[in-house]
Amino acid sequence: MANVTLRNVRKTYSGGFEAIKGVNVDVGDGQFCVLVGPSGCGKSTLLRMVAGLETVTGGEIDIGGKVVNGIEPADRDIAMVFQNYALYPHMSVFNNMAYGLRNRGMPEAEIKTRVEEAARVLELSAMLERKPRQLSGGQRQRVAMGRAIVRQPKVFLFDEPLSNLDAKLRISMRVEIRKLQRRLNVTSIYVTHDQLEAMTLADILVVMNGGQVEQVGNPLAIYEKPATTFVASFIGAPPMNLMSTRQDEIKSQLGGAAGEAGILGIRPEDLVITDQTPSGGVALSLTVDAIERVGAETFVYGSRAQDEQRVAATPGELPPGEVIVRIPGTEAPAIGARIRVAAVRNKLHLFSGDGRTRIEV
Amino acid sequence: MVEQEGFRRYVAHIILWIGIAIVAFPVYVAFVASTQDNALIANGQMSLLPGGHFFEVYYQTIFVGTSGSTREPVGNMMFNSLVMALAIAIGKIAISIISAYAIVYFRFPFRMAIFWIIFITLMLPVEVRIYPTYKIVADLHMLDSYAGLALPLIASATATLLFRQFFMTVPDELLEASRIDGAGPLRFFWDTLLPLSRTNMAALFVILFILGWNQYLWPLLITTRDDMQTIQIGIRKMMTTNDALTEWPIVMATAVLAMLPPVFVVVAMQKLFVRGLVETEK
Repeated sequence: MANVTLRNVRKTYSGGFEAIKGVNVDVGDGQFCVLVGPSGCGKSTLLRMVAGLETVTGGEIDIGGKVVNGIEPADRDIAMVFQNYALYPHMSVFNNMAYGLRNRGMPEAEIKTRVEEAARVLELSAMLERKPRQLSGGQRQRVAMGRAIVRQPKVFLFDEPLSNLDAKLRISMRVEIRKLQRRLNVTSIYVTHDQLEAMTLADILVVMNGGQVEQVGNPLAIYEKPATTFVASFIGAPPMNLMSTRQDEIKSQLGGAAGEAGILGIRPEDLVITDQTPSGGVALSLTVDAIERVGAETFVYGSRAQDEQRVAATPGELPPGEVIVRIPGTEAPAIGARIRVAAVRNKLHLFSGDGRTRIEV
Repeated sequence: MVEQEGFRRYVAHIILWIGIAIVAFPVYVAFVASTQDNALIANGQMSLLPGGHFFEVYYQTIFVGTSGSTREPVGNMMFNSLVMALAIAIGKIAISIISAYAIVYFRFPFRMAIFWIIFITLMLPVEVRIYPTYKIVADLHMLDSYAGLALPLIASATATLLFRQFFMTVPDELLEASRIDGAGPLRFFWDTLLPLSRTNMAALFVILFILGWNQYLWPLLITTRDDMQTIQIGIRKMMTTNDALTEWPIVMATAVLAMLPPVFVVVAMQKLFVRGLVETEK
């Protein structure tokens, strides 16, 4: 049981490239922390630094009240699950799980008890004598989890553990991981680029971009009040619609109070097709370009009448002037139709012109 | 189309059989000659069917040797060859796997320089550096010894390169998982890398054993005593006689015996050998 605290952690490679630019995160005992961000944002590097596989060039990493910067991975009392599982191909499932314990000189009887217990929990009991190559992807994944569990470490580290599985298995393993973590109550840090995985697993969500933390907090709080346009467009699918408030139409609707030049964000699910403009809210006229029906809901892709800047946001960027509307059911306007959509005032997100600061409406 | 395929297959088989016959015939003749009476061969009346002297010729070859030229039992020569070939094969594998491990997994000053030096020695086989090598071995008083036979041939750039390439295909995560599992460098080498290299080692062993077994020039230089000579040298010496008749059955029997251990090694390790060349175990 342990807290994990990162204090102003930095990583600069010998070439001068700064991968992590001062990260502060505090993960409480037994909490599930998810690091999420686009590829290259430094989330895996940060995790590997906590594991001790990468050196820390600045700041402090603290596990269970002890600074571990100079401590070997094996002595940090952590266990890690790798993206490609990293099972020892020549060892049986049993030996894969037992290896770390044997290296610590644990008595063989105790090893047997622990491995069998973990195998029972993970439904691997029938496969203990098999080699990893005789297992399916999901089973390998569970062996990798088993290897982490038997150690009974202070902290679990997961490096995109589900990204090699197919979509269906990913969802069921996601639930398994969460259940397991709740039951064992071990502090966990989990890296993913999948915002859905991040939202569903996290107690604390850390959104990273370009080696920096954009926002830390409860996933729903982040969804409801993203701190920057980056977070706004990264968390939530389809991404939040972002548009410049310089545009006269919107500016006049918002009034001068909300700031002169800024960025307005509206989530696709907060837009409603209606002819009325809610008081204090915003209405937009769109021409329907495309329709995506996924069953329970339909995504309407429209372009703004005076299609001007939809402001740049890094991931999942839409073409300028494009707005996505998410409507329930399969009823949808025809392609080419002109529609009016509106959002109420408390569903609006307003950001400063550079997208770095959130302005309360 | 089916008929044509059948026809083509016949052609292919015929060509293969011709090839086999061309390769196998001299071996067959050697075997036949080793079972004949020497006088018959000397008269040029050798039959193409095995003669009746098999046991007596092979007994003499293995335990007694020729009555004229070398007088060294071939059994002894085979033992010398075996020791040399095994020492070279095992020594090369051991040294090169360790040096490849150092080069791939450790960061030390001049790592790349050392790698390139090893690489360059590829261009300097024993034949090129034979004088200095002989001088060193002579100065170390290793002439006419097993150490002198094997040691200079052990350091191997080829095997080092092969292991280096293999190690670079081993995913880094395995090393990292080992580190988290509390395995130090030696443990990782012993518990993970060596078992994974098993097939590569087998393939190399086959190649290197045959290479060692077939050495000619180096043993020729370094051994002077009859009881230290290898079988390859022995065959050559047996054929040179001053006034007596060359004892062809014994020479041929020696040749047949010289072929057996490599054949045995290849057959015994064939499965691993092929896997080592083909398979890329991750």
